[in-house]
Amino acid sequence: MDKILEIKELHVHYYSNRRTVRAVNNLSLDMQRGRVLGLVGETGAGKTTLALSILNMISAPQGKIISGSIRFDNADILGMSNQELREMRGKDIAMIFQDPMTALNPVLTIGEQIAETIFKHEKVSKAEAWSKAEEMLETVGIPGVRAREYPHQFSGGMKQRVVIALSLACNPRLLLADEPTTALDVTIQAQVLDLMRGLIKTNNTSVLFITHSLGLVVENCDEVATMYAGEVVEYGTVKQVFGNPLHPYTKGLLGSLPDYSEGSPRLRPIPGLMPDPTNLPKGCYFSPRCPNVMPQCHELHPENSSIEVHLVKCHQYQENLHVEQSI
Amino acid sequence: MSNQTFLRFFKRQSKNISQFWRQFSRNKLAVASLILVLIFALIAIFADVLYSYDFVTSNSLENALLKPGETGTVYFQEKDIEHTFILGSDNYGRDILGRLVHGARISMIIGFVTVAMAVVIGGILGAIAGYKGGLFDTIIMRLTDIILSIPTILMSIAIVAALGNSFFNLLIAISTSLIPGYIRIVRASIISIKDQEYVEAARVIGAGDFRIVLKHIIPNITSPIIVQSTLNVGSSILSASWLSFLGLGILPPKPEWGNMLSEAREFIQYAPHLLFAPGIAILLTVLAYNIIGDGLRDALDPKLRR
Amino acid sequence: MSNNQSELPILQVRNLKKYFHVAKGTLHAVDDISFDIKKGGTLGMVGESGCGKSTTGRLLVRLHESDGGSINYNGIEITKASHKDMKMLRTKMQMIFQDPYSSINPHHTVSSIIGEPLKIYKKVRNMQEYEEKVRSLMETVGLADRLYDAYPHELDGGRRQRIGIARALALEPQFIVCDEPVSALDVSIQAQILNLLMDLQESLNLTYLFITHDLSVVKHISDDIVVMYLGQIVEKANTEELFKHPIHPYSKALESAIPIPRLNARKERIILKSEVVSPIDPKPGCRFAPRCNYAIASCGESDPILREVCPDRFVACHRAEMFV
Repeated sequence: MDKILEIKELHVHYYSNRRTVRAVNNLSLDMQRGRVLGLVGETGAGKTTLALSILNMISAPQGKIISGSIRFDNADILGMSNQELREMRGKDIAMIFQDPMTALNPVLTIGEQIAETIFKHEKVSKAEAWSKAEEMLETVGIPGVRAREYPHQFSGGMKQRVVIALSLACNPRLLLADEPTTALDVTIQAQVLDLMRGLIKTNNTSVLFITHSLGLVVENCDEVATMYAGEVVEYGTVKQVFGNPLHPYTKGLLGSLPDYSEGSPRLRPIPGLMPDPTNLPKGCYFSPRCPNVMPQCHELHPENSSIEVHLVKCHQYQENLHVEQSI
Repeated sequence: MSNQTFLRFFKRQSKNISQFWRQFSRNKLAVASLILVLIFALIAIFADVLYSYDFVTSNSLENALLKPGETGTVYFQEKDIEHTFILGSDNYGRDILGRLVHGARISMIIGFVTVAMAVVIGGILGAIAGYKGGLFDTIIMRLTDIILSIPTILMSIAIVAALGNSFFNLLIAISTSLIPGYIRIVRASIISIKDQEYVEAARVIGAGDFRIVLKHIIPNITSPIIVQSTLNVGSSILSASWLSFLGLGILPPKPEWGNMLSEAREFIQYAPHLLFAPGIAILLTVLAYNIIGDGLRDALDPKLRR
Repeated sequence: MSNNQSELPILQVRNLKKYFHVAKGTLHAVDDISFDIKKGGTLGMVGESGCGKSTTGRLLVRLHESDGGSINYNGIEITKASHKDMKMLRTKMQMIFQDPYSSINPHHTVSSIIGEPLKIYKKVRNMQEYEEKVRSLMETVGLADRLYDAYPHELDGGRRQRIGIARALALEPQFIVCDEPVSALDVSIQAQILNLLMDLQESLNLTYLFITHDLSVVKHISDDIVVMYLGQIVEKANTEELFKHPIHPYSKALESAIPIPRLNARKERIILKSEVVSPIDPKPGCRFAPRCNYAIASCGESDPILREVCPDRFVACHRAEMFV
């Protein structure tokens, strides 16, 4: 298996108002090349922080990558110089941000914005960059002549397509898509994702698809990782995780969806709220809300257990657990 | 039961205040400026205790142009007094520090009164323009444009020249130059708040226009107004200074920092302390208010919080 | 779904119109729509952005003035109601807003937000009664008592939305317009709030107009559904029936666009062509035709009429019979 991204034991903190926000806690995650990995979690789980960390874009002094390693295609991202990072961003790793309304510069034409990134990363002339930009627009279903227009002249769905074109312009090996369609209408979302699927297949792009929608994960991803309070609590192929969800949080998420409650009048939400990242509970972070909680859940933080590729961080699945074996 | 409500109200307000102070005190310079301003305010309030008003406005020509620290005999209220001129004396033999102290009182009054007048008038006009919109908005904004297009100096001179050289007219001239700023701030705030969902929500639960303005809009515009006002106190004092420097507004023998500067012009070469004293006073005061204004803006900005 | 829905409509909307005058022309936000809502029931109103559902909700509580048509609530004509009548009506018709971050005043405490309606209508005689009523409302919506003096910025989206709900309940209304009440919330909190809304409907015998773009949510909570597109109703049906068998091509596309979080759930997805037509000065003809996979030339000639193509099923499509 060819790994394009290897994240090991990543810790990322933010500092605000004299308190430390533990946004990412001992997170380890691997991505296979050419696959789409869905990263699912609710607000505050740390998904965007993780994406920014991969690009080493956590801004000091508010935030800091405390420890851990991120290897992209065997290159150590956290050890790169600013120059190397600048060359890598946009070219090898690209990111689609959540809100298409603010991701585009309102005073530049969309053609200029796409051409700029091509010109910066590839050894072509400005004229060649412009025509490549027009080509990219065509691939996302926007007539090339519209490259001269400004972002405000496009609708939300079209702007997001421009953002997609922008991100794929230099044919990156890894695409970080942070809630790429959340701000769009559901029929436009279907169009845009259909388009994206085609493009990433053609270019064999690896994608980290960040979303809070489990439905989108099933339809667009090969593997999925569930994130809670800054760590990955379950990971596997979509078939494994959705066919047999193991972690109580994953199960709770699925169970709270209207689609899963057909017939019964009431929904089954997960009781309680996500923990305060400045004051995480001892032991397993999900323990205060877990229906299957056991005494050791409050004391000991669970390790990864694996059933083939399907990994889960939960005491229920840890065999031969001895209290002395704590790390 | 109402006792409990008041208690809770105070507890809540003190929580707000302590949180505000925590933010504000991060800016050490602003805190220092605040202390300076408070000291000046105390001096201004207790001016009469420190130096009698008559004393600083009576001439004592035999003590003219004394250097700082020198003593002299002053014939005042039918007595001969030994007096140390801490900052020296001016060309009429008047104690400079004493005049500064009383000038501080006048400056403070000018500063606060003009800003208060501008806030009320500008605020009401801005509220009408923003809330009603349409023709009201157009008329008020064009009025604002007219005022802004006239250079402040010229406008103040024109107003004082037209209405006469009294203290009250000075206040009118200065506050007129401040009014457009408030009209704009209040109007902009109201326009941005008017369409907020919580204003819609207030309508749905039956709130009338008056209640909406009072309870929902005004609390949200106090921050920019406070910040602007602090900055304006400083500029207002400065305006009064150069107006009296030019011979309008407060004239000698009334002590005002600006006219003290004006009188000091002749004596720069051999008695520079006449110039430095009021000059530094003006500098420090205006600077202090500006720094406080900046500090307030940062402290009250919810985005910079937490 | 509600259990005590009666057959009598508490709200009747007929030929409702709302136009906005913008620089480019006239925006037909709500263009001649008619529907009924039964007492004690929930009518779901779905559509994507720009379809006019939010405007409709605001027209019902008279946040906007309509440009034509009638809204009849329990015999009273809302569009013509006097100021005094409107004030009385507001105690019966309330609204819950979408964004829990912008629909409550950040400078007011939880209790003053919830209690404001009580003060406006002088529903309480003294501070003690006021406090009792507010605390009881907080309990009803599941807000902890200790939050009485808290400020909204200290609370998460779910709790803030509960504040909005408590505020809407303060005057003991009969009818509530819920404008996307859970769209801005996390998935697990959505479930909590939806349960709350359903429980409240049951215990207080409320009638809801539930506006949303999320079909899976509306499926769960509504008895009947109205599908809107560019200011018009394109389909009206019982919820179960609509999902089992959507007739209008837009309803079909909408239903097929929902991502389903289950393996092997979806076989075919309908992908629509091009983009949404502008609602400004729309030309005659079916407004969905440019995106419709089944459109023929005649679709663009005249506006389709909302008609009963089979029992209790209303569709606005020239070719509806093809899909029945």
